[in-house]
Amino acid sequence: MKCSEFLQELTNYLDGVLDARTKAELEDHLAWCHNCYVVCDTTKKTIEIYRDSQLYELPDDLRTRLRTAIMSKCKQKKAEQSS
Amino acid sequence: MGTIQPKVSEPVSDELALVQAAKAGNVGAFEDLVRRYDRNVFRIAQHITQNREDAEDVVQDAFLKAYGNLAQFQGQSKFYTWLVRIVVNEALMKLRRRRPERMVSLDEDVKTEDDSVPREVADWAPNPEQLYTQSELHDILSRTIQGLPPSFRTVFVLRDVEGLSTEETADALGLSIPAVKSRLLRARLQLRERLSRFFQKRKNGGDRIGGDHNQ
Repeated sequence: MKCSEFLQELTNYLDGVLDARTKAELEDHLAWCHNCYVVCDTTKKTIEIYRDSQLYELPDDLRTRLRTAIMSKCKQKKAEQSS
Repeated sequence: MGTIQPKVSEPVSDELALVQAAKAGNVGAFEDLVRRYDRNVFRIAQHITQNREDAEDVVQDAFLKAYGNLAQFQGQSKFYTWLVRIVVNEALMKLRRRRPERMVSLDEDVKTEDDSVPREVADWAPNPEQLYTQSELHDILSRTIQGLPPSFRTVFVLRDVEGLSTEETADALGLSIPAVKSRLLRARLQLRERLSRFFQKRKNGGDRIGGDHNQ
């Protein structure tokens, strides 16, 4: 397996959706190709860092304000429809 | 090297009952749906728009649109996937209004030069996120993802941050599965490349005068 072929399968490999044979070929490549090992490992870390970062969490006060605004408009809409 | 463990999603068994109740005019049931998904909606909106005020508008507009169109929801997909489709459309509309000079589309297959060829292959520190304070880390992550084309950011946030499956992402975005996979691979590789600058192992310990702390 060439490095370019490895890269094409990287997403499927990280998502765990490869058949056993392709997975074995990829892991064989990883065992001797240090660059691909690093790319694979750091791509996995990239995903984990974003996933676990709590970037763009909705603060409680804003959450309450938004929900109050949404629900008041929904109630208004409902009242308009039933009148 | 293991695969990525997906986020455990909340049970959806009672969700259809909530949607049915909301359809029948129970506003409280719709409020439960808002509570269930408002954090996700805000996160997706801010990832796409990269602007706090726009994200706030998107949260309101998307839920109101969902409420107004509940009758259209037929239950073929999950309610959340249907909601995400509305959120993404609203967020992209905001982005287009803000950057009218550049058309923003999910269909364009942006080709940035050599975006799939890794150039940076230095290994990272063992716990790279601990090299920075939380606010520094958020700043790095936010600036890094801002540099991606919107169509890549959108696929990345749905798949890797929100944990939607490839099929659900394709369904929510109206893209084919190969298109989702291609954008996801390139988004992941580009983010990795950019983060390497911050997270790679520092060469310290006096192998040269002054060390290498200036990054």
